[in-house]
Amino acid sequence: MRVYFHNIWISLATAFEGMSITFSHLFRKPYTVQYPDRIAVRVQDTLPYRYRGILEVDLEICTGCLACERACPIDCIRIDAKKDMQTKEMLLNRFDIDMAKCMYCGLCSEPCPTGSIHHTREFEGSDYSLESLVKRFVKVPVPAYKPKKSGEDDPAILPILERGMRYIDEFADPDDGSGA
Amino acid sequence: MQEYLTTLLGGAEGLALEVGYLLGMLAFGAIVVFGFILPVAGITSWLERRVWARMQSRIGPNRVGPFGFLQWLADGLKNLLKEDVIPTAVDPRLFRIAPYVVVVGFVAAFVAVPFGANLIIADLNIGILYVTAATSLVVVGILIAGWSSNNKWSMLGGIRSATQIVSYEIPAGLGIFPVVLLSGTLSMQGIIEAQGWQPWNWHMFHSPFALAAFLLFFVSALAEGNRTPFDLPEAESELVAGFATEYSGMRMLLFFLAEWGNLYLIGALMATLYMGGWQVPPFTENAVLLGVAQFLSIFLKSCFWVFVAMWIRATLPRVRVDQLMTLCWKYLVPIGLVCVLGTAVTMVVAPEGILGLRFAMFGLVVLVIANFFRRVVFHLRRAKGMGWTIAG
Repeated sequence: MRVYFHNIWISLATAFEGMSITFSHLFRKPYTVQYPDRIAVRVQDTLPYRYRGILEVDLEICTGCLACERACPIDCIRIDAKKDMQTKEMLLNRFDIDMAKCMYCGLCSEPCPTGSIHHTREFEGSDYSLESLVKRFVKVPVPAYKPKKSGEDDPAILPILERGMRYIDEFADPDDGSGA
Repeated sequence: MQEYLTTLLGGAEGLALEVGYLLGMLAFGAIVVFGFILPVAGITSWLERRVWARMQSRIGPNRVGPFGFLQWLADGLKNLLKEDVIPTAVDPRLFRIAPYVVVVGFVAAFVAVPFGANLIIADLNIGILYVTAATSLVVVGILIAGWSSNNKWSMLGGIRSATQIVSYEIPAGLGIFPVVLLSGTLSMQGIIEAQGWQPWNWHMFHSPFALAAFLLFFVSALAEGNRTPFDLPEAESELVAGFATEYSGMRMLLFFLAEWGNLYLIGALMATLYMGGWQVPPFTENAVLLGVAQFLSIFLKSCFWVFVAMWIRATLPRVRVDQLMTLCWKYLVPIGLVCVLGTAVTMVVAPEGILGLRFAMFGLVVLVIANFFRRVVFHLRRAKGMGWTIAG
């Protein structure tokens, strides 16, 4: 008999306590992050500098060395580079990355001497077809980057070079860089 | 309503009167269904998702209209446009008819639900009995749905619903008896008129027995409405969606319409039976103003219980089948019998009621509510200590 009344009391008291907790939640701020449109800062901007997102190539500082193509374990990078016999310049005819195949391992960006090929913090890659996931960086053939003998670089590409070198430094010493 | 109709059809006689009466009642019914029940059920669905979300630290639907208020219209429209899928293995005739039976069951109950002193479709002299009888039709619909779906989950859901609703009819009935004893009538308006507008003149504060019966009735009504913690017929974790597994589009929505509409019905019954219904202080002679105040009085009381039902859903876990039956037969039914007997004895001892007892009961409830808010403040302080942001 005592158990019987105890049970009644317990069920009333615990329901009472539980309901006071849930009621108190009405006065707490929800935790929900309303991705993608109702947030103060884009998620991309909150990610660390070395986040391995979608790959990008800065053709201005690409040397056409093919190191990334060789490093890629699944061959999703395709580069056609040819030496122009008249001007003695490397000419990039094609630089394709199949982002559908890419597994974001980061092995291509490590051997890059200038930091031309690098991961961005962009991760929203959904698309309607696999073909549109193949990123073709070369629209018209461009000459590859080659450090000037004098050591003077074109001022237009200086900021890009700087970014590339910072990217490389980050790999060398992750704690040193000014990660975002 | 009957009086209005009679004056409206003043000159008519014989068959014309009958037909006119029938059409008039149909029109009133349609107005109540489309103008009140459907919006209330729809808005309840939105409110439930919002309240539930907030209690789980989420936001809930907030994109369609201000605060996502139009979500229920969007959902309704979407489900109306969906294909009406009838699986090949089901019994098509029964499968089609089941949602209608459920909806008819709960809409029919609204015939006797009062909205004000003069606002009631039909003030039946067996009002509350009629409401319990009409809502029992829901179980038939659910059982048909479970059986005709030709699916073991649906079947189990239907059977669970049947056992649950049939069992909880008894404690629900026992929860109604004290009120009937106190009012001396089954008519909904009669029950309300037997109470006063002051809270301590409500039936729930008549005696400890009435107060217990009041809680008992709420628990049983939740179980009858297939609401959490008694939503075994549609237990997602065990039965997919229970009796609604094979349904899609508008047919499925009709089941949920009945469930959300039932929520308001439960609230209206709680308000009518125990909380003074539409009683308001006689503050004005203006009939229209008084009517609005009366409507607001019963509507807000009902909405409070709708909120409590959502709140319980966000709080308590689902019970097991055996626990459900234990609760019904070992706890609610004996308590209900004691309540009926106790109320009867109180009435014999003090036919006019004991005012001191009324105030004591009222004070007790006020104390419980005060203690409740003390606990809420305690939990908020603790949450703040743990790093929660407290919204204003």
